[in-house]
Amino acid sequence: MFSEGDVTAIFLTLRLATTVTLILLVLGAPLAWWLARTNSRLKGPIGALVALPLVLPPTVLGFYLLLALGPNGPIGQVTQSLGLGTLAFSYSGLVIGSVLYSLPFVVQPLQNAFEAIGDRPLEVAATLGASPIDRYFSIAVPMAKPGFFTAAVLGFAHTVGEFGVVLMIGGNIPGETRVVSVQIYDHVEALAYDEANRLALLMIVFSFLVLLSVYSLRKKSQRQILSFGS
Amino acid sequence: MTADSNTINIAIQHRPNKSRVQTFCLDLNLQLPGKGITAIFGESGSGKTTLLRCLAGLEKMLGGEIHVKGLVWQSGSKIKPIHERRVGYVFQESSLFPHLSVEQNIDYGVKRSPVMLSKPNYEKIIELMGLYSLLERFPEQLSGGERQRVAIARALLIEPDILLMDEPLASLDGRRKQEIMPYLESMHEKLDVPIIYVTHSIDEVARLADHLVVLQGGTVMAEGPLGEVLANTDLPIKLGEDTGVVFEARVAERDDDWNLLRAEFLGGELWVRDGGDSLDQSIRIRVLARDVSLALSAHTDTSIINRLWGRIEKIHEDEDRAMLLVRLVVGEVRLLARVSRRSAHQLAIKIGDEVWAQIKGVAILR
Amino acid sequence: MYMVAFRNWQFIGLVLLTGLSSVRASIDADEATIAVASNFSAAAQQLAADFENKSGHKINLVFGSSGRFYAQISNGAPFDAFLSADQEKPLALVENELAIKDSLFTYARGALVLWSADSEKVNNSVDVLRSNSFNKIAIANPRLAPYGLAGNEVIERLGLSNDLSKKIVLGENIVQTYQFVATENAEIGLVAYSQVFFTGQLSAGSVWIVPEELYDPIRQDAVLLNRGQSNRAASGFLEFVKSHEGQTTIQSFGYRAGES
Repeated sequence: MFSEGDVTAIFLTLRLATTVTLILLVLGAPLAWWLARTNSRLKGPIGALVALPLVLPPTVLGFYLLLALGPNGPIGQVTQSLGLGTLAFSYSGLVIGSVLYSLPFVVQPLQNAFEAIGDRPLEVAATLGASPIDRYFSIAVPMAKPGFFTAAVLGFAHTVGEFGVVLMIGGNIPGETRVVSVQIYDHVEALAYDEANRLALLMIVFSFLVLLSVYSLRKKSQRQILSFGS
Repeated sequence: MTADSNTINIAIQHRPNKSRVQTFCLDLNLQLPGKGITAIFGESGSGKTTLLRCLAGLEKMLGGEIHVKGLVWQSGSKIKPIHERRVGYVFQESSLFPHLSVEQNIDYGVKRSPVMLSKPNYEKIIELMGLYSLLERFPEQLSGGERQRVAIARALLIEPDILLMDEPLASLDGRRKQEIMPYLESMHEKLDVPIIYVTHSIDEVARLADHLVVLQGGTVMAEGPLGEVLANTDLPIKLGEDTGVVFEARVAERDDDWNLLRAEFLGGELWVRDGGDSLDQSIRIRVLARDVSLALSAHTDTSIINRLWGRIEKIHEDEDRAMLLVRLVVGEVRLLARVSRRSAHQLAIKIGDEVWAQIKGVAILR
Repeated sequence: MYMVAFRNWQFIGLVLLTGLSSVRASIDADEATIAVASNFSAAAQQLAADFENKSGHKINLVFGSSGRFYAQISNGAPFDAFLSADQEKPLALVENELAIKDSLFTYARGALVLWSADSEKVNNSVDVLRSNSFNKIAIANPRLAPYGLAGNEVIERLGLSNDLSKKIVLGENIVQTYQFVATENAEIGLVAYSQVFFTGQLSAGSVWIVPEELYDPIRQDAVLLNRGQSNRAASGFLEFVKSHEGQTTIQSFGYRAGES
């Protein structure tokens, strides 16, 4: 039913989305925590910076990433001095682009979840002898569990559906940067509408099932958390 | 300021960031006893909670001194982090961690405590707070009173140098309050930890406190042993119908015929309803000013059984313009009597006169 | 009440006048909306301006990918004519009876260059390709873009397919391919002559003009769409593109003339 190229693209997409989601949860959680707790004057600017990918058209973001990753761009300078060469047209480059692009979709639900905890549980934990890092792991993270759930789902879904950035910095290399969305686009552009339809249908069904299962799961866990709090 | 190992010394001048009133400033200098319950009493907005938060370190102060039983928690800009102070804090509303069971909530502090808690001590507190049957439950499955008991046990089990309680009963209804009060009283009797108890309820003060600090607008209006402060007619805070005194007494005799107890105190004795207290037990007695009337001679032809002979120390305007507040010295204790201006005029009483105080009602607080 | 009625009449009068004037304008001049493959946008703008000056007609240009235009036209998009980047799509539109068969013609032939943003890299010769001394080579996706197809042919005819297979990155179209090279993420690339030459001058970097025998002609075809059948602006513009003057303009933008 699917060509070899399609299958390669499907697995590449799943691998990319999983990697990006994991990285975003690890990086995004402390960032969201800082944004939720800080009184710093930098809170506004940093929050706005995180939200920028929501505003920038993906191809524009992709274009500037292409510049940044290039031999004269800031990221390119760093990767070259580390002996990694330039990262455009590579899986690693794609991961970097996707992390930036999906960042607000992970940081914002986490920030909301952390803010919803309020000061009190953390103050209680402090009086019970928990250091700031201890409080983060023993109180904030478990209490923000529904937020982590939403963040993971949105980050994953958004990465699967990502197109503009990948198109710009990917270079369309099979098994490396040619993800499903690009593959569908190529089919459409080549007037291969049948192949495009099959792949698009698969993507829709898959995404629907993922979203459906997590939303029903989330409802359950939210009920639990809500009734704990009351 | 002396770092006494048996007192709690506080010097604070602090303007909270989040204060609703821009000009509010907590400005006080206190030396509190290192044992028993000190009540911080005042209206809302008087700075009670801010004081507690400053003590715990939850509110960051740029300067100030906090010395707890010889330990320096803050000296100027040298601040000991909250999690390194051994401070038990019970918040007004339920503050249990929703994702942990009762036992896990309690163990949260125990695990992080630098001192090993002895097992008997652990069990003593679990029993004191009546938690044995609740350990497996989650906070959502508890009543408001049960949650506060868990919170208190959790705070006590880190063996704090001081226990801070911020209106722990305020979020509970009348019945739940009555349910939890005995736990607080037995805590007072059986544990050594000094407690600072914030409240705006004079009933809780009368029942629980040994020492009283009255706050208004961020400054200390009165401070001292409970009996002294309550008998202070100059108290700026008007208690109205609740004006009265509290003193300690000892059960000296039981009269089974009339179901009464004779309570002796330094300066006299009172017959009180037999509440089942055993002989020689120490009890706390509260006499409200409105329940005390004055007479120049001893009347035996009344229904009143308690009469005390005392000397008028002070006559004070009452907030009710038809009434006067009269302070008597009865042995070592002070009594307050609230009498009408007209009666005072007819009796022609003045400072130094000796009168009979007729006491209509006496309450045993504990 | 009278006031309102009066106002209404005034309004209706205004509408009638406006309507009449647009009808009048259309007696003298037509207006056409033309879909243009993005690689041809600069040349098309010049052509449209010249044509408007000469004829008084009005030309609205829309730029985009040929594949997307094909899909849009198939689904009723309001274009009067189509300047594609290839031959395949205009032909398919004719076969699907969405375009006028007789109007089909090649308006330009693209020329391919090997280009680098580095002014030392290419040195006007094929050597850099043979010596394999570069990190990546960008070409347009052969499946989607005629320039890509041609680029692939060049590599094949030079016998370098195996050597370069690991180094090829694909742009979705020739514009993106150009960006890959311009940002130096790919050191060299096979891009359109028209992208790097302006009025005969190389704009930046270094270049090798690929000999014509290394690839089949990159024919870009234009076609009048059904919607533009009786639109004199649309048919007039296509005639102008085909004319000597139009073809001269096209050549000045770095394309070869359409019909050889």
